[in-house]
Amino acid sequence: MKKELIELSVNGRGHELAFEPSKLLLDVLRQDMQLTGSKRGCDDSSCGACTVLVDGASILSCTMLAASCEGRKITTIEGVSEHGSLAAIQKAYGDWGGAQCGFCTPGFIMTVKHLLSVTPDPSEAEIRNALSGNLCRCTGYNQMYQAIKAAIDAEQKGTAAAK
Amino acid sequence: MVDAAGKTTGAGKYTDDLSLPGMLVGRILHSPYPHARIKKIDTSRAEKLDGVVAVITGKDAPNPYGILPVGHDEYALALDKVRYVGDNVACVAAVDEATADKALELIDVEYALLPAYFDPEEAMKAESDLIHDNKPHNLEKDYHHVFGDPDKGFAESDQIAEARFLANEVTHAAMEPHSTLSSFEIDSHTGQPGRLTIWSSTQVPYYLQHKLSLVLEMPMAQIRVIKPLVGGGFGGKSEVIPLEIIAAVAARAARAPVKITYTREEVFWAHRGRPRTIIDLRTGITNDGRITAVKARVVQDGGAYCSYGVVTILYSGALLGALYDIPNIQYDGYRVLTNKPVCGAMRGHGTVNVRFAFESQLDELAAKIKVDPAEVRRRNLLKPPCITVNGLRVQSYGLPECIDQVVKRSGWNERKGKLARGRGLGIACSHYVSGAANSIIRSDMPHSTVNIKIDRDGGVVVYTGASEIGQGSDTMTAQIAAETLGCSLARIKIIAADTDLTPIDIGSYSSRVTFMAGNATLRAAEAVRKQIASAAARRMGCDEEDLVFRDDLIYRKDFAGGGARATQSKSTSKSSDSQQSESSVSGKVEGQILRGSFQQKRKDEGPKDSMSFEEAVVAAIDFHGALTGTGSYAPPAEARGGKHKGGGVGPSPAYSYSAQVAEVSVDEGTGEVTVHKVWAAHDCGRALNPVSVEGQIIGSVWMGMGQALTEEMIWKDGMLMNPGLLEYRSPSAAESPEIEPIIVESIDPEGPFGAKECSEGSLAATIPAIANAIENAVGIRLHESPFTPERVLAALRAKRSQKKINLTEGIDPTAPTRLREHGGSLWFKGKGPARHPKDPARRESAVPTGGAD
Repeated sequence: MKKELIELSVNGRGHELAFEPSKLLLDVLRQDMQLTGSKRGCDDSSCGACTVLVDGASILSCTMLAASCEGRKITTIEGVSEHGSLAAIQKAYGDWGGAQCGFCTPGFIMTVKHLLSVTPDPSEAEIRNALSGNLCRCTGYNQMYQAIKAAIDAEQKGTAAAK
Repeated sequence: MVDAAGKTTGAGKYTDDLSLPGMLVGRILHSPYPHARIKKIDTSRAEKLDGVVAVITGKDAPNPYGILPVGHDEYALALDKVRYVGDNVACVAAVDEATADKALELIDVEYALLPAYFDPEEAMKAESDLIHDNKPHNLEKDYHHVFGDPDKGFAESDQIAEARFLANEVTHAAMEPHSTLSSFEIDSHTGQPGRLTIWSSTQVPYYLQHKLSLVLEMPMAQIRVIKPLVGGGFGGKSEVIPLEIIAAVAARAARAPVKITYTREEVFWAHRGRPRTIIDLRTGITNDGRITAVKARVVQDGGAYCSYGVVTILYSGALLGALYDIPNIQYDGYRVLTNKPVCGAMRGHGTVNVRFAFESQLDELAAKIKVDPAEVRRRNLLKPPCITVNGLRVQSYGLPECIDQVVKRSGWNERKGKLARGRGLGIACSHYVSGAANSIIRSDMPHSTVNIKIDRDGGVVVYTGASEIGQGSDTMTAQIAAETLGCSLARIKIIAADTDLTPIDIGSYSSRVTFMAGNATLRAAEAVRKQIASAAARRMGCDEEDLVFRDDLIYRKDFAGGGARATQSKSTSKSSDSQQSESSVSGKVEGQILRGSFQQKRKDEGPKDSMSFEEAVVAAIDFHGALTGTGSYAPPAEARGGKHKGGGVGPSPAYSYSAQVAEVSVDEGTGEVTVHKVWAAHDCGRALNPVSVEGQIIGSVWMGMGQALTEEMIWKDGMLMNPGLLEYRSPSAAESPEIEPIIVESIDPEGPFGAKECSEGSLAATIPAIANAIENAVGIRLHESPFTPERVLAALRAKRSQKKINLTEGIDPTAPTRLREHGGSLWFKGKGPARHPKDPARRESAVPTGGAD
């Protein structure tokens, strides 16, 4: 298949890229843009390690054609850090043992970003439900709940301080 | 965690995230047949495809290898025979994945099919068409151990239980699929490919370097193995996986860097997981609850190659000891070859399935003698320090406290037997080694060596071969170095697992890193500290022993300001983040760590009461010339086990202990088991990093729960029926219970700061704790894991109809047939329906032949 020139908006910047229209978003991110934070953990969209946000919604980049994202805003794990420092959720995942080997972590953080954008103060059941689309083999998920709660607390304190 | 930011920002690099200029993609052709002779391989059509750079086959690297010196039975690519569906036949290196995949289809292979063996007990009867010619009856290895006098022990017992238990095969399914990037440098003198650099997702860089040297016929010094971040191992990366060798051979042939990354399906074929295990167990007990004897016959379905098999079957027997005081043990272990993907080491190596059987049977015996299950375990405790009947040395022993803790926290005494219908509590214990006392390569070399270097800027660089695979190895190393040197964690930089830079460490397996690499780090840091102390003592006019290293300060014990300053600096470092404390550190020396200025200062000030860490470091460098230290660790001779054959596996310098209570409910209509909560107490010696320790305990229990309830590799005629994460049914957040980790600290006399293992030992107790809880809930004793709804329903049906389950069938014969097809042996014996003419399991013609299509 012939390559085409396609413009993608990734992490707030426009990129003009030449790739086959059949290419998956995950492969374009990892191979053409060197954004290797999104991971490939399976062949059948079962693990969630490749989760990114497209127009704010969490989607699996391994099952989406990159060309179909033209004109939409893509956010990857590389776009989560704020002004070069850790976002609250990233800090909390590191501090509370939410990340062990870290391979699934970018996917989880994107899923949590989406969860918190639609449900700012989720219940434990809502958190479990949201995370159930991502797999982790290290943590047993328990410490992630602590991390997410800590991140919400930190965000709320930050917002309160700003006021 | 010192390395958390790289993982949470996506900046950290795993092997598949790396690329090199001119890099090619490698793809492997796998065998479609479980057992066949290769008559011919024709790669010419593939080679002609545009974009294909090299096609390699077995003859390109004919040297055998294997992780154990006694098991060199694997080849990079099959030489004359394939032995399982998924065995490696050829590899294509091409410009991209699509081209490589297309080329695989153009390789023509002619196979002559051989009868295949899928069930270990069938395989043991085989006289001909052996999987390996030098292994009669397809028996990889068998061991027969007798300790004490089992016959006498059984004669002294009041009650005996005897049963067959079956634990089905599980795999690691680490989130990161294996990946290897391999690159040769051109040698300046010869003009030919010279030094090799390999980046690989491995737990054992040193073993990989060793095996590459065997297969490629290159000296180890010419091979550099670098371990980038590893996305989980659990034992699946603790040996040399075929793609690691194949990538190197392909890079040599293609004269360009080659990266191979497995697909998830290939990861399942690469496997090396926990074998399906048949355990015939007999235990005797007295009416007052003392175990008098244990007899175990264990058969493991090891798959097509040796891998860690000899070690696995030995662990299964050896770790019958060292948990309880058992005076008489008889063990017969059989590691059997079958035409299935290879089993190897997996979290809780060798102990898990036998522990499931033993702890289940112990509960049955407790019921027979009417003693509470927690109490019966308390009555069989060891009295350390001691050496068990099978030669294992136990020093620290936190099991009694673990049992007390879980009994208390779970409300065991108050709640057991009083829960609602279908809900129950179960208890079980387990233990594990803190590193194998004997390396797999027999030698006297230390198991871990660590170097430390400190420069004039006060930055501490620790060079360790220990492999961070997510368990917190780098954090542990940094903490031990910082604690010993009394400096802040921000000063420590870890350089790990790069065979060119870091001294030999045999890797991250058998839960050895904290104990062994930790001890080596401690010794290296002490060596450096001694040099700093001697220089500082001269400056302060006191003895080295009178110096205290703490909070980036070195002061005399009697220095009144020391404690106060230390407390002060502690409180500031608490309230500010590490960046600020770092800037205040450099502020102290005003950014000038120049020899002249300090010497001038010293002359001005005369003897001092305290020195900052930088000042002391500079003084030491001035005094000694260079500030480096080395520490290494080898297990003491008395911890290396008995002299009997196979006595080298099982001994460890220290054992971790775990006790768990699980609360479950069983839906008697659907057979579904729900775990509500697990209380897990783990004796880790000392918790160097409590968040990490809790994470490891929770992770182990969770993985054990997966094996107990859902995870199972389902085979049909040597084909894996569920090679995907969803089909394999790794538990998601929705079905994962709350796990309450309870840290118990027994302070081991030889561990670094008293620390022991914490990452594997908890897994084994979870499966029997859940089995015992199911028994408590609905009165059925399950003998086969995982406890799927089908198996639970079958047992409930049998209980209602008062039928005795035929345990040798594994399950109630009225249950759906899928459950009996674990190894396809029924098909093989011709009992199944008619098969497709090309089906390799078909027996009509003795040696059917088939083409590549």
